[in-house]
Amino acid sequence: MTKATQTVHEPLLRIAKRDGIPFGKKVLVRAVAILLALVVDALFIFFVTGLNPLAVYGVMYQGTFATPVRISWALRDLATLLCVGIALAPAFKMRFWNIGGEGQVLIGGLATALTMVYLGSSLPAPLLFVAMFVASAAAGALWGFIPAWFKSRWNTNETLFTLMMNYVATSIVACMTNIMRGQASSLGTLNKATKAGWFPVLFGQRYTINIIVVLVLTFAMYAYLKYSKHGYEIAVVGESENTARYAGINVRRVMIRTMIISGAICGLCGFLIVAGKDQTISTTSAGGRGFTAIIVAWLAKFNTFYMALISFLLVFLERGASEIASAYSLNEYAADIITGVILFFILGSEFFINYRVVLRGETHKEGK
Amino acid sequence: MSSLIAWILRAIPFGTIIMYGAMGEIVTEKSGNLNLGVPGIMYLGGFAGFASAYYYENLTANPNPVLSVVIALLCALIASTLGGLIYAFLTITLRANQNVTGLALTTFGMGVANFFGVFILNGSSYSAAPLANKAFAAKIPVLSGLGTVGQVVFSYGFLVYAAIVLAIVLFWFLSRTRMGLNLRAVGENPATADAAGINVTRYKYVATLCGAAISGVGGLYYVLDYNQGIWATTEQIEALGWLAVALVIFTTWKPLNAIWGAYLFGMLYWLYQFLPSLMGISVPSYATDLIQMVPYVVTILVLIVVSLRRKKENQPPASLGIAYFREER
Repeated sequence: MTKATQTVHEPLLRIAKRDGIPFGKKVLVRAVAILLALVVDALFIFFVTGLNPLAVYGVMYQGTFATPVRISWALRDLATLLCVGIALAPAFKMRFWNIGGEGQVLIGGLATALTMVYLGSSLPAPLLFVAMFVASAAAGALWGFIPAWFKSRWNTNETLFTLMMNYVATSIVACMTNIMRGQASSLGTLNKATKAGWFPVLFGQRYTINIIVVLVLTFAMYAYLKYSKHGYEIAVVGESENTARYAGINVRRVMIRTMIISGAICGLCGFLIVAGKDQTISTTSAGGRGFTAIIVAWLAKFNTFYMALISFLLVFLERGASEIASAYSLNEYAADIITGVILFFILGSEFFINYRVVLRGETHKEGK
Repeated sequence: MSSLIAWILRAIPFGTIIMYGAMGEIVTEKSGNLNLGVPGIMYLGGFAGFASAYYYENLTANPNPVLSVVIALLCALIASTLGGLIYAFLTITLRANQNVTGLALTTFGMGVANFFGVFILNGSSYSAAPLANKAFAAKIPVLSGLGTVGQVVFSYGFLVYAAIVLAIVLFWFLSRTRMGLNLRAVGENPATADAAGINVTRYKYVATLCGAAISGVGGLYYVLDYNQGIWATTEQIEALGWLAVALVIFTTWKPLNAIWGAYLFGMLYWLYQFLPSLMGISVPSYATDLIQMVPYVVTILVLIVVSLRRKKENQPPASLGIAYFREER
């Protein structure tokens, strides 16, 4: 191609793929994105409410860091969200659209609650915890296994299947809580008198066990995805099922196994919520985390440590917004708007990491 | 018999909400964009429609019903198109991940609607736009009085009939016009479409924006007709939005299937309230909770049957969920 024809036909802006980008620059792009998002949010806060945005952000910061109790609440929420994210990561890495995290968490929580109520008085504490653990993981695993089995066998659409399983789980939880509460208007705290099946307070902290379990899971899942043979198989199936088949990977088995793991960890999260956080179960126990965790897992590209960072950001925003809500008598939905804007900017910034914009007349360097 | 009629009278409006959501999503997905922001877009459309109708009613001396319908529709379309624009810009121009962008849009739309909704509520638990509701829910004058048939067929607001017309138009557009075929080509294989001289970016943009606008009408219909013109802080629209996404897969991406699919969903959704009285039995409340899972179980069963048949024309657009970058082939 000659130079003359090039300048005639070349558009003003052109997009080219980057081969790689230094780590520092990557961090810089994302930091700028979050900063810009905060500026946009500040403008929004100012124009809608007339409040000083800096003061509002200050109050927001208080929401997480003002007192030790708040820090512990934030850590608890962080652990819960991260746990679902960890659970979904292997499924999504395999390109299995598990949007049923919500239902898997709920059914795990229900299994925990049922074990607490019906075995709470007959089993000694250590055995009870083992029973709750096994029941929740098994229930979650079953909820993951069903769609995976049909997908692997008949290629049944898993997005819709897992979504529907959420509602099935919700109905079952509604039915069982209805039976358990009897004539009372709501279920209330389980085993209030005996505290059977409640996580004990460790190191003066109510949520220590939740946090430790999720911390262990973070490391374990990182290693599982990155260094184990299973993790490698998941990555290959995610890239291309045909390649996986050609390489002799049993795609059906990998799919079912991964979804059992994914569901079991979601179930475990239900266990943590019921035994370590709420001490009760309701249809809203999962609280939309099954969906939010998808954002967490995808944005972090399934790296569990990045997932912890993103979970922290989301929890920080949520807690901050409820603080704003009570301080300025606004409402908590401000959190959703602020979160949405920040996510949009982070998502948009990925473009500048993966691609670069070439101006007309700039020499072509990407060839080398 | 009378409870059967009551059942149908609930099911068809319910179906219409998710039918709009699903038809919008079908158009979007035909261009290869998987927009999980449908619930958010329905929030935006529903809230914008309600807010504009509410202010029009309360700020003008002699509000005109027809004008209030036009204003509400226009605002709903604009708001939901803007929501679609956020999604389109991020996923088409900036090639961001479609699923995360959609989920973020759902969070955002729900936040915007409920946040600003609180200002209209102004302390009370709900507020209403009765005039707009009356206009949106107006039955067909003479025909709706014609006995049972008239009641079952002609006693809905005009958006119910508009939805059916739209489904037929979309069917015709997608399978009989050159533009529709081009759109499908973009969703199946954008590289081939590009080589054939189709402007992939423009098609994706237009389809996503139009799809969002159609989905938004679902939210509008929910607030101003189905919910009797009442706005309250709600999570209900989100659940409806997910049902709309489910309905898209249920219809195997065919607008005509959306008509009966949506009404079937509506019948199944209200089953728990009408089944006991139809069968003349009384059911304990915990069993009612269980009956509520029927629509979802039926969906799963249909899904399995469809996958067993493995027909080629029942598959999603081949490049669904994948961003197109010309230099990457």
